[in-house]
Amino acid sequence: MPVSAGTSFLIIIVVAVTTFATRVVPFFVFPKGKEIPEAVQYLGKVLTPAVIGMLVVYCLKNTPVMSRPYGIPELISVGAVVGLHVWKRNNLLSIGVGTVLYMFLIQAVFV
Amino acid sequence: MKGYRTAFREAFPYTIPVLTGYLFIGIAFGVMFAEKGYSVLWAILMSTLVYAGSGQYLAVNFFVPGFSFIQVMFLTLMVNIRHVFYGISLLEKFNKLGRKRWYMIFGLTDETYSLLCTTNIPDGVDEEKFLFAISLLDQSYWIIGSAIGGAAGALLPFNSEGIDFAMTALFIVIFVEHWFQKKNRTPAVIGVAVSFLALQIFGADKFVLPSMLIIIAVLFAGKKRMDAEVGECR
Repeated sequence: MPVSAGTSFLIIIVVAVTTFATRVVPFFVFPKGKEIPEAVQYLGKVLTPAVIGMLVVYCLKNTPVMSRPYGIPELISVGAVVGLHVWKRNNLLSIGVGTVLYMFLIQAVFV
Repeated sequence: MKGYRTAFREAFPYTIPVLTGYLFIGIAFGVMFAEKGYSVLWAILMSTLVYAGSGQYLAVNFFVPGFSFIQVMFLTLMVNIRHVFYGISLLEKFNKLGRKRWYMIFGLTDETYSLLCTTNIPDGVDEEKFLFAISLLDQSYWIIGSAIGGAAGALLPFNSEGIDFAMTALFIVIFVEHWFQKKNRTPAVIGVAVSFLALQIFGADKFVLPSMLIIIAVLFAGKKRMDAEVGECR
């Protein structure tokens, strides 16, 4: 271990507390029993689909588009997941086939 | 304890995609941490107390002599700042719950948040127990993955490169499901478009916070239009 056990433990505690702090903020601002303003209620409703859209982009953020393989494995796999899901609407099928296809593409096709 | 068995049984199928993803990104974390010289117990401790994917990947770099706690706090804050906004969608749902809500708030990772906000509670299951089951199952996958990685990650019998695409696929599936509901399509498009533009402008390491802020600004700017099509967070 590069630093002592005590320091390591403290680092973990600091990371844990900071992470929890980011997640708990809205619940401190609007605790149980306090009326939630209409604007915040609105935001709560429209934010989820927007965040999920952002998370898709977030997951693909490190895709190399200007160099080989130009994001082609990602493009094919994302297309497969969307296509399969529109067709069959089976979560596990879409995710399973998409993931195996992606692994196959980056390990065996676009090496 | 009655009702919990049903809740966990009903919740389990919804969490299988997270199971796949967390096991493997958990393993990746365990391997990274083990390479720094930390035993499997440390990996389990961290995944139990912290529970954050990208946060823990980054945190592995903190364990070097001379790293200050201020830096630890600042970098953790930067990588997890998007979580500040997640609770806004769950205020009503969580504020109905009892003391369990503190654990559920602690467990608000990207994946768990997405499941909690988009899964319909099956008939005959207590909502509180069902949501709690999703949260607890998800974290258990994360801890198990970290433990495997910490103990034996380097010995994995197959090449797992690219398995983290399971997370991408999970979010795409949730996105498509949302699209089918015909509600809230505009915010979904705003989310993708704004973060894509922000990614081009700010780069992969710095685009999340600007994206969130611009998304919120655009959502408020279009409130009149979107009020008409607003659905529930569920």
